[in-house]
Amino acid sequence: MRIMSKAETAAGAPARATKNAVELDRVAVRFRTRKRDVTALAEVSLTVPMGQFVAIVGPSGCGKSTLLKLVSGLLKPSSGTARLRSQTVTGPRHDIGYVFQRAALLEWRTAKRNILLQAEMRGMPAEQARRRAAELMEMTGLTGFEDAYPHELSGGMQQRVALCRALLHEPPVLLMDEPFGALDALTREQLNIELNRIWRETGTTVLLVTHSVAEAAYLANRVVVMTSRPGRVAEVIDVDLPAEREYSTTVATPEFARVTARIRELLGAGAAAD
Amino acid sequence: MVSQGTTSTSTAASATPAAENSPHAAVVERGRPPLGERAREALERSWRPVAMLLACVAAWWAVTAAELVESYLVPSPGATLDLMVDKWGYIWHHSWVTTYETVAGFILATLIGVAAAVVMVYSSSVERTLYPILLFAQVIPKIAIAPLFVVWLGFGVTPKIFVAVLIAFFPVVIAMVTGLKSVDPEMLQLSATMGAGPWKTFAKIRFPASLPHLFSGLKVAVTLAVTGAVVGEFVGANEGLGYVIQQANGNLDTPMLFAALLVMSALGVVLFVLIELAERLLLPWHASRRADATTTTF
Repeated sequence: MRIMSKAETAAGAPARATKNAVELDRVAVRFRTRKRDVTALAEVSLTVPMGQFVAIVGPSGCGKSTLLKLVSGLLKPSSGTARLRSQTVTGPRHDIGYVFQRAALLEWRTAKRNILLQAEMRGMPAEQARRRAAELMEMTGLTGFEDAYPHELSGGMQQRVALCRALLHEPPVLLMDEPFGALDALTREQLNIELNRIWRETGTTVLLVTHSVAEAAYLANRVVVMTSRPGRVAEVIDVDLPAEREYSTTVATPEFARVTARIRELLGAGAAAD
Repeated sequence: MVSQGTTSTSTAASATPAAENSPHAAVVERGRPPLGERAREALERSWRPVAMLLACVAAWWAVTAAELVESYLVPSPGATLDLMVDKWGYIWHHSWVTTYETVAGFILATLIGVAAAVVMVYSSSVERTLYPILLFAQVIPKIAIAPLFVVWLGFGVTPKIFVAVLIAFFPVVIAMVTGLKSVDPEMLQLSATMGAGPWKTFAKIRFPASLPHLFSGLKVAVTLAVTGAVVGEFVGANEGLGYVIQQANGNLDTPMLFAALLVMSALGVVLFVLIELAERLLLPWHASRRADATTTTF
């Protein structure tokens, strides 16, 4: 890790405390395998203010997922510093919610008990957890499926359960790693609409890694476009759309067209268009 | 399968209560089927194995009735059954001894096997250290090591339990190690972000996830435990089905040999079925996901 001068951290910290959810300061990640060294991320700097929705797009293998792992503390940077809510990340952080591409549900637990796993692991008060779980299940349209087992649920429903689990403890920062990547286009759109509403209602900061240009433009305040390996930030695009976004009208706006066009331009011909 | 929910929350929430009463609901709870239906299902499931067993007995009977082989080599089913009724007390007593040795050996093998697997999965240095011993204990022919146990531990039940443990413990360890390692790595990462310690992660994620594997190991282990106990009895015993077979062999008492073999197989089958029942009870989520679980259209 990069050594920072004491003055720099001390001066910076109080000012950031209220403003920034995530700060990445020239983080680089190099993996060593038996035969080769791979640089996944090279000198990435990014600041995400509290409450913002940031989408990260880029070609496969550009280190998008690695970026989320750095923020959550599941991975240590080779150099540079990751800060979450002004604290340098040194190990797995508990003040986040994490959603993976696969729902990663426990197949022996019902939908509701999968959501409550979060509470059990954290030792949250049971009554409060149950109330919050019921709220979230209603918010995501899971009412009526409380007692269904994961294998009885469709992919979209499973991902809704995973989302509820990630939101149960009201995390200030929600990390989503291609959460809708395995879903069909229609389900994906539905969940995008729901995510936009959940983000507005909870006010949580969201970092969303996605392959979908439309998803990024529809959901985010800012879209971070990354280059292929080694991953760098190619450009950060501000999305000038209101927080509340009706799907069909939003995707018809000139701003949406501008943002998606710019992302596609940056990603080049090889990008995944949906 | 459950169909996809409705688009927005408001419609989903309002649609659900109505859907419960509607005949067109996606999921209709039917509850536990009535007794008659369950009996019919049980009959449907079990008539084939029963018919197969009866066919085997019929073939056995036919061979002896036609006197294709001398009756002192293969006794008729009737003669074997007569003997079993006649010597009921004798067979019962020795069966219990073997059952005791088998069950004790199996339980010990399970406890030791699971504990060893947990230690091995959590420490790769322990795994590397233990593996050679484990493999050595597995490849050594049990029939060859059994006399040593008799020398060390005498003619009581202890050496038989030892052989049963030795033979049954390997499949338990292998199955449990596989089970504990098969946990979704993302689930473990998730657990780390939930602030769960190693104990909670083990109790709520790793252990339950490993149970389907453990049970397949237990099914192999329980049948092997019967073999272990009988092998132990062969080498030196004055009780148990192995002893009965040795005695009957010496006296050319083939009806008693057949009777002992039948009881022995029955013991193995009953223990196996008990493990399967335990699996169904403890892991309904797993049983219903297996390929042989049927979903029918109507």
